Amino acid sequence: MLKSLHLDPLKCTGCLQCEMACSYEKTGVVNPAKSRIKIFNFEAEGRKVPYTCTQCAEAWCMAACPVEAIKLDKGTGAKVVLEDTCVGCKVCTIACPFGTVNYMADVGKVQKCDLCGGDPACAKACPTGAITYIDADWTGLDKMRAWAEKANAAAL
Amino acid sequence: MKHLILGNGPTGVVAAETLRGVTSADEIVMVGSEPEPPYSRMAIPYLLEGNIDERGTYLRKTDSHFGDLSIRQKQGRARALDTAQRRVTFEDGSVETYDRLLIATGSHPVRPPIPGVDLPQVQTCWTLEDARAIASLASPGSRVLQLGAGFIGCIIMEALAKRGVELTVVEMGDRMVPRMMTPKAGGMIKRWVEEQGIRVVTGAGVQRIDPAGANSAGGIGGMIKSVVQSVTGNKPADSAALTVTLSTGDKLECDLVIVAAGVAPNVDFLAGTAIEVNKGVVVNLAMETGVDGVYAAGDVTEAPDLLTGENIVSAIQPNAADQGRIAALGMAGRKVELPGVLPINVLDTLGLISVSFGQWWGEKPEDDGSGVELADEGLWRYLSLQFKGDVLIGATAIGRTDQVGVLRGLIQNRTSLGRWKKVLMDNPTRFVDAYIATSQPVSIAS
Repeated sequence: MLKSLHLDPLKCTGCLQCEMACSYEKTGVVNPAKSRIKIFNFEAEGRKVPYTCTQCAEAWCMAACPVEAIKLDKGTGAKVVLEDTCVGCKVCTIACPFGTVNYMADVGKVQKCDLCGGDPACAKACPTGAITYIDADWTGLDKMRAWAEKANAAAL
Repeated sequence: MKHLILGNGPTGVVAAETLRGVTSADEIVMVGSEPEPPYSRMAIPYLLEGNIDERGTYLRKTDSHFGDLSIRQKQGRARALDTAQRRVTFEDGSVETYDRLLIATGSHPVRPPIPGVDLPQVQTCWTLEDARAIASLASPGSRVLQLGAGFIGCIIMEALAKRGVELTVVEMGDRMVPRMMTPKAGGMIKRWVEEQGIRVVTGAGVQRIDPAGANSAGGIGGMIKSVVQSVTGNKPADSAALTVTLSTGDKLECDLVIVAAGVAPNVDFLAGTAIEVNKGVVVNLAMETGVDGVYAAGDVTEAPDLLTGENIVSAIQPNAADQGRIAALGMAGRKVELPGVLPINVLDTLGLISVSFGQWWGEKPEDDGSGVELADEGLWRYLSLQFKGDVLIGATAIGRTDQVGVLRGLIQNRTSLGRWKKVLMDNPTRFVDAYIATSQPVSIAS
């Protein structure tokens, strides 16, 4: 059964444990600036919104890559950047209409959420259950996809 | 059903793979005009920098990829198309018939009509063969003049600089990347490039290119130099190959001229057919040419712009992939349409990263246009957002890479920004907040 990340803004307190866990998992240092999941903080409304790649079916990043450096992980459904192949052209960063592929100037490559190979560090670190990794049928994945679809407008 | 795809760049490859994904039995033939496996021109700067080898430019990394998908590959260049007989004749005299044809022949670099533009030391930077020639001529210390500071000129600049050449860039426009960047942004990029030690001459063209020492420019000195060369049998180490005369009257000695003065669609073989060609092959949003069974996609086409509805040629990788997929689905009988062509660009000029989206030049105030521009030239940061009503229609940014994709999202979705329009007019850097606030549900679970 395919699993996916379920992000629930109502349960998010903005503690940033997920950003710290993600950056540590992926870069070996605790540095939220390098996290692939971001918490957006809307002070005025007291609203926190966790946000990362939905591994959308359209995979704009993957289609736009000129050197086949973004591949589908069939086990998790994640679109994964192959760092050895990425030339750092950044086309995926402007092709993704969700803004969830980002260029890292220090390494000259792009990075995005890869679901940690099926054991996402952000979900394990979240103390409030705002980020969970559960069966796709359960997660409201369809609702997330619906948002993605809306964003993708009439592309297909 | 036989599908013939002319072109094996990103458009042709995506189309062939898409076709195979939806038709298991159809015959698919993909034709490329170069000897190498399908590769990405976009990766050539990284090849010239030495970051990757030629294999790193290949669009698909497995040798058996196309064979495994039963996609037959053919090398050839189309010479003529007969839409009544549904067949294409190639330059080598061979013929392929088709039931569905995709024109994905891409574009070629334009060599402006300048005397001397065909000299051997004058190169375009377009194919792997070009890249090999540039790699052999652009050695450390050699003097290189690059004609054109548009998008392609800017992406090869870094590769040249890293090879240790002495680089001069000549651009007709009044700034760098004039067709992708606002005046202020293009001016900032120019200043950045100059600070990295590159000489930039804007508002100038190349008038003529002469072999050094063999023309009036060389005068008596040139004659003596040729005599020396004929006696010693080789060129003195400091002798340049070329003398370039600029429209400003300046003369420059150089070893290599790289022409990056734009590209034009490959449409010659369509002469005499009923296929409408303007700047490119005219297609609708389903990538249909109007001639039965003939589709076109990628750099070779002009298709309606998402925002203005006017036909535009959009020679960019994401557009190639999108159009290739749409065309292939149509060829397989599953007609779909693009929402429209959205120009998007990202550029890295010697470490300064810039992006532009959509109608970055904005809309007239009388047509409900408004915009905001924020620049910190000391920190090399710049952001311009352009609106029509409360909808974002275009953007330009320098020095900003995080989440820039949402600019595409906002433009493409025609998101009504509501109160966020004013927030952005006051502080355009909050564009990601605006995107999240207008696109993310309060709770997905609710």
